[in-house]
Amino acid sequence: MNWDVIFSVSLESLIGLSTIVYALAAIGLNVHFGYTGLLNFGQSAFLGVAAYGMAITVTTFGQPFWLGILVGLGGVVVLALLLGIPTLRLRADYLAIVTIAAAEIVRLLFRSVTLSEWTGGSDGLQQFSQSFYDMNPYSSPIETTLISFSTRELWVLTVGWVLVAIALLIVWLLMRSPWGRVIKAIREDEDAVRSLGKNVFSYKIQALILGGVLGSLGGFVFALGLAAIQPDTYGTEFTFYMYTIVILGGAARVFGPVVGSMIFWFLLTFINALLPSLISVGAIPSSIMTTNQAGAVGYILVGIGLMLLLIFRPQGIFGDKKEVMLDAR
Amino acid sequence: MPADQQTDAPAKARAVAALADVPREPGAKKPDPILVVDKVVRRFGGLTAVNVGHVEIQRGAITALIGPNGAGKTTFFNLLTGFDKPDEGNWAFNGQPLQGVAAHKVARRGMVRTFQLTKSLNRLSVIDNMRLGATGQRGENFWRALIPGLWKKQEQDVTERADELLARFKLDAKREDFAGSLSGGQRKLLEMARALMVNPEMVMLDEPMAGVNPALTQSLLGHVKGLRELGMTVLFVEHDMDMVRDISDWVIVMGQGEVIAEGTPDEVMADQRVIDAYLGAHHDGAADPDADPAADTAGPAAPAAPAAGEPAGPTAGATAPKPAKEDGQ
Ligand SMILES: Nc1ncnc2c1ncn2[C@@H]1O[C@H](COP(=O)(O)OP(=O)(O)O)[C@@H](O)[C@H]1O
Ligand SMILES: [Mg+2]
Repeated sequence: MNWDVIFSVSLESLIGLSTIVYALAAIGLNVHFGYTGLLNFGQSAFLGVAAYGMAITVTTFGQPFWLGILVGLGGVVVLALLLGIPTLRLRADYLAIVTIAAAEIVRLLFRSVTLSEWTGGSDGLQQFSQSFYDMNPYSSPIETTLISFSTRELWVLTVGWVLVAIALLIVWLLMRSPWGRVIKAIREDEDAVRSLGKNVFSYKIQALILGGVLGSLGGFVFALGLAAIQPDTYGTEFTFYMYTIVILGGAARVFGPVVGSMIFWFLLTFINALLPSLISVGAIPSSIMTTNQAGAVGYILVGIGLMLLLIFRPQGIFGDKKEVMLDAR
Repeated sequence: MPADQQTDAPAKARAVAALADVPREPGAKKPDPILVVDKVVRRFGGLTAVNVGHVEIQRGAITALIGPNGAGKTTFFNLLTGFDKPDEGNWAFNGQPLQGVAAHKVARRGMVRTFQLTKSLNRLSVIDNMRLGATGQRGENFWRALIPGLWKKQEQDVTERADELLARFKLDAKREDFAGSLSGGQRKLLEMARALMVNPEMVMLDEPMAGVNPALTQSLLGHVKGLRELGMTVLFVEHDMDMVRDISDWVIVMGQGEVIAEGTPDEVMADQRVIDAYLGAHHDGAADPDADPAADTAGPAAPAAPAAGEPAGPTAGATAPKPAKEDGQ
């Protein structure tokens, strides 16, 4: 058994690329779902539009990196308006239906043959991240017995965690302000908020844009970290993992998404490293499980763990049990 | 109650005097109307839920809107406050047309309503429920919310006013509790106190006493009377005739969507049309007293005759007007 490797990959995953990407995506989703009560099932589309906006600008049209970022952010705002304006006046479930459909439309557009001249079709796009890595200040990698990161990884992680910190700061500032109070009140009962003279529709649009923009930061980091984008990354299961993470950390908690993402990726990486090792040393006989099956079993085990957690701690890691129980009004 | 004596309650005396010469008929003109409604019609499919020809609400008075269940009182409230759109009709508040004005703008103009089914914001604290009601908060703007210095001072003022109201409504001990943990009656109190945070000119209370225990009812009644002394106009829906008689200066009776009678409480309760509307033309008794929670708290119920497919209002027995007695002694 190679415990060193198992522990080092697990430790690295605690602060790794996936953790950052999902944390950012879930911070945005937490604004939608946790604070405002908006059932956005298309968060993956916000990340996708950001990543493709940047990559198409840089790779397809040969424009500068920062313009690509602006195009990505602009695309996210437009997507939020497109989704929000027709649906946010309707009942909550309409947003869920529209967003899940929109996310699939966006993904299918990315991979469509007709648009492949610009989007690269199902292969996606590469070679848009050079300017980003040119800014890398790190000259030597980290190589300890426990963890090791290349200079490129260090740069991505640094930028990623700075973005996480900024996103958290924004959410923290907003949610302790009167603006955040209106947002949370809308989650509870929007008619009551309306009766007190607040323009509920406008606040919901603002929340949709904010959560989309915060989540889209994850889309940029993901694309830059992998130096490639690929349409099928932005499927519905991407969004479902984000929901898992939001609920795991505790909805409407500032740090919930980050801690949720860390736990989720640590567990998944640990089990996915542990099982094949156990099989290869014969601790798990191949009649029960082969190395090929280990990946799927890993997801099953994490799923069971999450179910247990939600049964015994429905409020998530940070949530307040009393508060969650009030839901059953 | 002592507060009722004319020396202690100048606003009541003024309201009574102002209404003394108003003709006792549906649609009667008032000397100083704050709200004037003309030909408002709302149909649900084949059912005409509201069909109000003309009605005026006297400024500074407490007007009760009564009528059997299904008479259209709540629908009428919804229409006036922008929560529902009429098929036709117009109305003016302080001389300004209100039809087509969004609910939140109606509230900002000074007409604030509460709901028959209480809308407390359960997972917000009691004090945050209150703070939410204040209008013109600078920190409710997205960008200003990010800089606490811009709204901290105003937040203190808002909190001070909220605390005063909480004390007045005897909810100060619950200040930090989640609104969802309050009893039904306390939530009614909170909703009313919260509406007052808007600084309305006119409050519209939809069954404010429903589900409130008798001890709290007395204090609620006191609060409503207090609003009149503060110069506010009150329009409220109530089923319990003793309470209506106790606090209202004027009564408007609705039946099957139309205003069928107007007058002082005693006059209206002696009116044959009103008794007919409540009991059905044949006085054949009450049906299903469980149909409405108000039935639980209404005054002593008339003996409930077994329902025999009569067209009477569902809680006719529990809500029937009783002849005036022990009054004005
Ligand atoms: N959204 C709706 N759709 C269809 N019918 C409705 C709706 N709201 C109210 N009604 C009907 O309109 C009538 C008046 O209801 P309502 O205004 O709630 O009466 P009240 O408040 O006087 O008890 C009732 O017959 C009710 O069933
Ligand atoms: Mg009603």
